[in-house]
Amino acid sequence: MLLERALEGDELSISRLLTKIEYMSSEGLESLQELMKRSGKAHVVGITGSPGAGKSTLIGELIKEYVTRGHRVGVILIDPSSPFSMGSFMGNRIRLTSVEEKNVFVRSIASRGHLGGISSEALMLIEALDGLGFDRIIVETVGAGQTDTDVVNGVHTIAVVNVPGTGDEIQALKAGIMEIGDVYVVNKADKVEAEMLFNVLRFAIDTAEVDYRDGWKPKLVKTIATKGVGIKETVDIFEEHLEYLKQKGIFDKRIRERRIKMMELLLRKKVNDVITKIIRENNEIISKKLNEEHDIIGILNEMYKLVKETM
Amino acid sequence: MSQERRIKVLVAKLGLDGHDRGAKVIARALKDAGMEVVYTGLRQTPEQIVKAALQEDVDVIGVSILSGAHLELVPLVVQQMKEKGLNDVVLVVGGVIPPQDIPKLKEIGVDEVFLPGSSLKEITEKITKAVVTKRGLKIAS
Repeated sequence: MLLERALEGDELSISRLLTKIEYMSSEGLESLQELMKRSGKAHVVGITGSPGAGKSTLIGELIKEYVTRGHRVGVILIDPSSPFSMGSFMGNRIRLTSVEEKNVFVRSIASRGHLGGISSEALMLIEALDGLGFDRIIVETVGAGQTDTDVVNGVHTIAVVNVPGTGDEIQALKAGIMEIGDVYVVNKADKVEAEMLFNVLRFAIDTAEVDYRDGWKPKLVKTIATKGVGIKETVDIFEEHLEYLKQKGIFDKRIRERRIKMMELLLRKKVNDVITKIIRENNEIISKKLNEEHDIIGILNEMYKLVKETM
Repeated sequence: MSQERRIKVLVAKLGLDGHDRGAKVIARALKDAGMEVVYTGLRQTPEQIVKAALQEDVDVIGVSILSGAHLELVPLVVQQMKEKGLNDVVLVVGGVIPPQDIPKLKEIGVDEVFLPGSSLKEITEKITKAVVTKRGLKIAS
């Protein structure tokens, strides 16, 4: 059995199993059910931030630090799919030089058109890696910027990576992504503008301009990922946040939220598939009625009825 | 509710030459053909390439090599693939390969060799065909 070999730690079996889960084959879903009995232990950390902020390089360093501390690390790298060809170019692995380490499993997945960065596939992979015994899981999400907040539902700890010199402080205060961090990382801290960005973020945190999720006052840390500077401190903060979540009973609450989100996304996908099918099959009728009879209400009701019948 | 598979390809530069323009063009073309491309960049060892392919569960490994060391390095990739059990993964090689070396590469297990001048269309089609026969996949259109 693939699942048994994966649980024993066989890399090829883990890899093949993850694909079956990602594509929701019956074996994949059955295995995921089994794995969910074991999951719920891993600390899941989301790394987000705009493209070029240095997320991948930072993750490479975080992996090393986690491994040094004796953890098994699962990593999920999410890259956008092209809305035109549905293909994708996933280049985040380039900067992960530490993946030759044992106890590290890195998987790139394409967002396949899911807005919000974290897709149902990613949530299923988190669940699977957790169940396979990876006790620290890092998720790098599409740095699509200000609306990339679905990640909140999938992870315990969110680190927002900021980089100096990308604009005035107003950019940093824009709504959306800036409000979601539990940890704010100022990467490339050797740049001249770093001090200013650090102070702006300090002020935003001190004045509660950003959210104090579950009563946690967000922490701020400086890193130079390319030189390994500030990495220990960053992991220390992650661990401190983990302790906080466990003490407050929030750790398990987040896992329950993540599973609900996973079900919601899977259900949406299922419904969406039906809609896509109905539209494709009735393309001509819809077009004819719309353009010749201009009967929006009639078609909408008719299609809705078809969708309900098909489901 | 099983979904149709997309072809997943690893594109890597094998060995020490630093010319990755070709590899990037190929990666882009495969993406535009609807494939999911994991690009691992320059100066990769056979071990690194196969390790990445293993964890990503790719259908195809595409290595680009312009240094002339293909007869030394490609067999090492094949050996690593066998050791890790990647027997059903398609291996394609692209780059400056003397035509007389092509049979040698195919003999050790390379599925396709693409020389300068290969059209992007030809590359995409041959890769898709190789994946269908070797992996038995139903491919999303």
